[in-house]
Amino acid sequence: MAAIQPRISVEYTDDATIVAFTDEKILEDVDVRALQESIEAVIEQAGKVHLVLDFRHVRFLSSAVLGLLIRISKRVHEQGGQLRLCNIHPGIYEVFKITRLTNVFDIYEDVDSAAQSFSGPS
Amino acid sequence: MASEAPIECSIVVESKPSALTEPCQQILSAMAEKGFNQDDVFAVHLALEEAFLNAVKHGNKMDPEKTVTVAYLIDHEKVDIRLTDEGEGFTPGSVPDPRFGENLYRPEGRGLLLINAYMHLVEYNKQGNALHLVRFKDTPLTEQGEAASA
Repeated sequence: MAAIQPRISVEYTDDATIVAFTDEKILEDVDVRALQESIEAVIEQAGKVHLVLDFRHVRFLSSAVLGLLIRISKRVHEQGGQLRLCNIHPGIYEVFKITRLTNVFDIYEDVDSAAQSFSGPS
Repeated sequence: MASEAPIECSIVVESKPSALTEPCQQILSAMAEKGFNQDDVFAVHLALEEAFLNAVKHGNKMDPEKTVTVAYLIDHEKVDIRLTDEGEGFTPGSVPDPRFGENLYRPEGRGLLLINAYMHLVEYNKQGNALHLVRFKDTPLTEQGEAASA
């Protein structure tokens, strides 16, 4: 059986839980399923989470990942939490714009601004 | 100096998402050889992934007995790809626009939109089981999501 490669890294700060995707390309269903399981475990553990998804390493993704983000967003909100995305490469941001998911997700320049947004006025 | 001759090939692969890896690498390598820029490579890669996944999942319905044919021709002006599955086909116009209303919050249904947004020509056969994609080198697209489709 193939070794399970790390798909995310998790960092806990005072303001937020930062989950960074570690893969440059996120393509196949198995990748997406593995990501979903990993991130859902973080959400379950945290409860009402202030979650930041960091895309700094990601240079390519398919629409399956957009679906994953929708599912994560629903899960976070169900638990009374909030979700931010950040460090999205311009090529990937174009995909968000085309699909109009820029209207669905709160997208920030970097981790700091995303994390600080949780403590600001809502 | 890159060769003037077009690079072309036709490959028959299994109905599973990972089967695209080999033809995809061939196509992206050929694009690099023909001098396409990173934006073109990104666009073709994305459209190819989305189209192949549709062929495998919605066309062949993951049937291991069925195959997908990936045929491509790449020259100094364009990338021309034809994907044919063994499914019953579909009507592209029947797919809801994922940018509006409740569809915006659905996890699926964005593949066709992205294919149309990143390719200059998106054309189905009458049955709807064969897709013809073309992207021209260094050529701006029209309004995103409104590239030529037929």
